[in-house]
Amino acid sequence: MLRYIIKRLLLLIPVLLGISLVVLILIDFTPGDPARMMLGAQASQEQVDALREELGLNDPLPVRYGRFLWGVVNGDFGTSLMTKRPVIDEMLERFPYTLTLVTIGTIFSVFLGIPIGIYAATRRHTWKDNAAIFFALIAVSMPSFWFALLLIRFFAVQLDWLPYAGVETWRGWVLPCGAMALGISALIARQVRSDMLEVLRQDYITTARAKGLSEQKVTYRHALKNAMIPVIMVIGGVFGSSLGGSLITEMIFSIPGLGQYIMTALNNRDYPVIQSGILIISTMFAIIILIVDVIFALVDPRIRSQYTKAKRKEGKQHGKQTEEAVEAA
Amino acid sequence: MADTLLDIRNLAVQYQTDDATIYAVNNINLAIRQGETIGIVGETGAGKTTIAKSIMRILPNPQGKIVSGEIRFKDQNLLDLPEKEMQKVRGNQIAMIFQDPMTALNPIETVGYQIAEAIRRHNKITQAEADRRACDMLETVGIPMDRFGEYPHQFSGGMKQRVVIAMALACNPELLLADEPTTALDVTIQAQVLDMMRSLKEKFKTSVMLITHDLGVVAEFCETVAVTYSGEIVERGTVEHIFDNPQHPYTLGLFGSLPKLDTKDRRLKPIKGMMPDPTNLPIGCRFRDRCPDAIEACAAAPPDVETEPGHIVKCVRAKEKGGAAV
Repeated sequence: MLRYIIKRLLLLIPVLLGISLVVLILIDFTPGDPARMMLGAQASQEQVDALREELGLNDPLPVRYGRFLWGVVNGDFGTSLMTKRPVIDEMLERFPYTLTLVTIGTIFSVFLGIPIGIYAATRRHTWKDNAAIFFALIAVSMPSFWFALLLIRFFAVQLDWLPYAGVETWRGWVLPCGAMALGISALIARQVRSDMLEVLRQDYITTARAKGLSEQKVTYRHALKNAMIPVIMVIGGVFGSSLGGSLITEMIFSIPGLGQYIMTALNNRDYPVIQSGILIISTMFAIIILIVDVIFALVDPRIRSQYTKAKRKEGKQHGKQTEEAVEAA
Repeated sequence: MADTLLDIRNLAVQYQTDDATIYAVNNINLAIRQGETIGIVGETGAGKTTIAKSIMRILPNPQGKIVSGEIRFKDQNLLDLPEKEMQKVRGNQIAMIFQDPMTALNPIETVGYQIAEAIRRHNKITQAEADRRACDMLETVGIPMDRFGEYPHQFSGGMKQRVVIAMALACNPELLLADEPTTALDVTIQAQVLDMMRSLKEKFKTSVMLITHDLGVVAEFCETVAVTYSGEIVERGTVEHIFDNPQHPYTLGLFGSLPKLDTKDRRLKPIKGMMPDPTNLPIGCRFRDRCPDAIEACAAAPPDVETEPGHIVKCVRAKEKGGAAV
């Protein structure tokens, strides 16, 4: 198991090299000049050219890529062109906000979504199941910014119970976490329901009933544990991609998190921030997927035995997932 | 009969699908004596498994429904028991072995846990005591007890079926329902599993209802036989009755379709036609369309005819050979 984890971490290196190269090329192709952005429209072309030279923007692509990699290896993720502060410091400042938002939102979703999914699955084809699934469908389909605005309209403006923006106190976290949790909990509920229905049809559930076990024991010990494997995948995926992409919620509630930071950097062509930010977010995503895989192995002995043999070609699959994360960011 | 363990009377079971009702079991009567081994024979779809699942009351819910009848187990009608009471019967007094050992075990729990779970459910004992008894059960079915902590995927098909059997016998049930316990296994393993079941049955004095479509297994293992066709029992009697003197044209057809070693037939002789559609059963004798001896009287529901003591045939023509209707 430990060997497997180390192997997976080593496999991260080529994946991250690929991601950083793709990001650099994309920035190169994107119109917009960071030097011009920094100096403003009034600056003369000579000033802009001088700044470009100073920033090293005129160097060929392989040189810039090499310089970036050298920096990363030495723990230097570059300096923001706009704020002139090290990218890593700024990200570490903002990371706790995003982490809090995403963690609380996800925990909330798990505690809401899993019971709803079980409730619906154990009452399939009754009006209770239909009602639960109808609301879950609405919640999944509803754009999160719209739900966030509804929450603000009702709880912050009309009732004046909670602040409409800012997270200086714990009360400020309630609405953003709630706005995040709605869609995710509905997603989890739908996943739990369909997996539970699938598992409840299995022969071993009939075997468990034939042993005389109570319905609770059959549902929770035998069915739920088996149904959790795909659910953990969904939770891990949502958690990982939200770390880099809870942008809308951060914007609406003025939370100084990573999503907002990367968004501002993209607008300003602040390329050191874009490059390092995406690299760090991808790494986090890949590590979360690794943690999910380890949890799989803890839950499912069949996967565990595969890992001890370590025959699976994890690299490819894993690389694809990470690239998806980059696109999402 | 005084020593009747299980008495099924007029049992009828239907499955409801979106657009049709499947008449799976239609008014069957069946009794099992204490210590008896009865074979339920019939083709796929004849309602054999449904009978067993009805006894356990584990029909798929909400599609499967027992529409009428009684299942009397030691003077109580199982169909009247509340679910909580029924749970105390399942796995404790009546246990079931399933057809496919590959899917009958929970893949993410150890086999030891799955056996001990059944023991703990029905006995007020500690976990350690239940584990010890689960180990004993594993040894009884010929699996070394150090495999207690292993998972189902680490066992072969035959070994898994042994685990399933150990689980079923863990609480020493009075009645064991074995639903094609050897169908999914290859022939050499089949013989091993059957031998083991036979010795366990003698050791624990369990009554067995063996569901199969293998007449050879029935001849070897059972004392009495019930032949099912299209949700009905068309012929029942002792093994000698059925094998030496089969009366119902369907039973005759079953024996006729077996390959014989002493003749030079190049082809098997199947029974012509198909079993009737269970959503749209014919009136009268269900076997009429395929029966070589059908007469006009077969258009009415066939009577149960006792051709010799204990040998009952559901055929109107059995009377011609001197049988009396019961």
